[in-house]
Amino acid sequence: MPLQILAAAVARVDTGDTAWMLVATALVLMMTPALGLFYAGLVRSKNTLNTFMMSIGAIAIALVTWAAVGYSLAFDGTGELIGGLNYAFLHDVTFAPRAGATIPHLVFFAFQTTFCIITVALVSGAVVERMRFGSFLAFAALWSVVVYPVLAHWGFGGGWLMGHGTLDFAGGIAVEMASGFSALAAALVVRHRKDYGRQALLPHNAVYVLLGAGLLWFGWFGFNGGSGFNTGQNSVLAFTNTLLTPACTLAVWFVLDLIRGRKVTAIGAATAIVVGCVAITPAGGFISPGWAMALGALGALPSYAIIVLRPRTRVDETLDVLAAHGMAGFTGILFIGFFAQRAWNGISDGLVYGNARQLLWQALAAVAAPAYAFTATFLLLKLLGLAMPLRTTELEEAIGMDVTQHGEEAYASGEGAILVTPEAGTDGPRPVAQPEPA
Amino acid sequence: MKLVIGIVRPEKANDVLEALYRAEVRGVSLSRVQGHGGELDRVETYRGTTVQVGLSDKVRFEIAVSDDFVDATIDALCEGARTGEVGDGKIFVVPLERAVRIRTGESDRAAVTPVGK
Repeated sequence: MPLQILAAAVARVDTGDTAWMLVATALVLMMTPALGLFYAGLVRSKNTLNTFMMSIGAIAIALVTWAAVGYSLAFDGTGELIGGLNYAFLHDVTFAPRAGATIPHLVFFAFQTTFCIITVALVSGAVVERMRFGSFLAFAALWSVVVYPVLAHWGFGGGWLMGHGTLDFAGGIAVEMASGFSALAAALVVRHRKDYGRQALLPHNAVYVLLGAGLLWFGWFGFNGGSGFNTGQNSVLAFTNTLLTPACTLAVWFVLDLIRGRKVTAIGAATAIVVGCVAITPAGGFISPGWAMALGALGALPSYAIIVLRPRTRVDETLDVLAAHGMAGFTGILFIGFFAQRAWNGISDGLVYGNARQLLWQALAAVAAPAYAFTATFLLLKLLGLAMPLRTTELEEAIGMDVTQHGEEAYASGEGAILVTPEAGTDGPRPVAQPEPA
Repeated sequence: MKLVIGIVRPEKANDVLEALYRAEVRGVSLSRVQGHGGELDRVETYRGTTVQVGLSDKVRFEIAVSDDFVDATIDALCEGARTGEVGDGKIFVVPLERAVRIRTGESDRAAVTPVGK
């Protein structure tokens, strides 16, 4: 949150900043259904809707918990570990800007809401194809209060990391590392799908995955470009870096794919786009465009390694949230510590430009945030598991989550479907696709 | 020579293939079919439209075997496809009048014997 550090406390609304932040908020909200599409393409066809619905469910649940207490816990005050409750139920969240900001508090709140929502949706990638929908919603409600606001407070809400100068432009701590390491914990508690490691469980629609990745990238311009909360230099830098980094990740991913399998893969490309966007998320407004391109290239390596190695383990972290978000966020956070440049960001230099202290605080964030996310999520799910079953039965898992959890199919043909409506009940079944008589 | 037709749950198709492989039954055709076999209808709702879906997705195996292999094939199908719940499927065995391997023109028993054994 560079603006809050930098700007003079002028409590005046800037129309240009506000206009951009309204658009950016809508862009980030779009990323959640885009993520749903991305994830839905990666699962088997019988689980398409359930996987997508976990993202949609995150909107319903996380918005409510965020408006109730989450936002306040993250953004009220400068407590070391957690915020206060003065903004609970949107108390005092009005048209007046926050201290030092140039946009209405309401817009700031709305923008931050979309971040909490997508982070909850991201974690679902670890538990798709087996977790009960109701249990996931309960988990989402708890996680969006216990985990996300704490890390958001640490990283950019005024908590200890931010207070000591850790730089995190758009959520390497609260969004990326939080979701990635929570996903690992969730996969360990919920355990692997029953056929994991025995059968090939393949993505059913690579086009969804590519389109989802494209829409995510589009939305990410709001995510990173909006995280300066204005239209100033840091925002412009972050916006352009959001173009540069993922493109470089994509290019390097192509090369890695070629080396590994002699072919460039489509799902690999979609993954690379996400990895690149994640890597630049914390660093967007702090590093030069040249270093942003280097980050894209470098950031591909550790995430690629985890994606190759993880399926050889018994850890069914199904959609590789740890690799794509946890690891890439980790890389981005550390990268700031080396290559941040005051000449570009106006705030701080990294180690390479003579400020070792910056690297120290980036490294602390890269240890503390994953540790909290993993531990809190692990305990949360263990406790939730005492209250309700986390998984469906094996039979339901075999039939598919769409039919068993939602009573719908993604690709329903209507063959063999008999209409049952209260009105039709009296004159017996009739073939489907016949309009009701008026 | 018999034609063994096995209609099984799609999610058990891989297990059946594995069991057939272990029983040394090679040469299988399979197709996706829909059918009804006494299992409970499932109810689906799309906006205001509620439907009862009586047809379930199944996978149909067709395996032409010499008489010695009929029991092994049936056992493999049962072993691979059984869950114990209604809807596990059926096996039909029908006499097979003739079989021809197109590549060589071999017929009958030679045509259903795997190559290289």
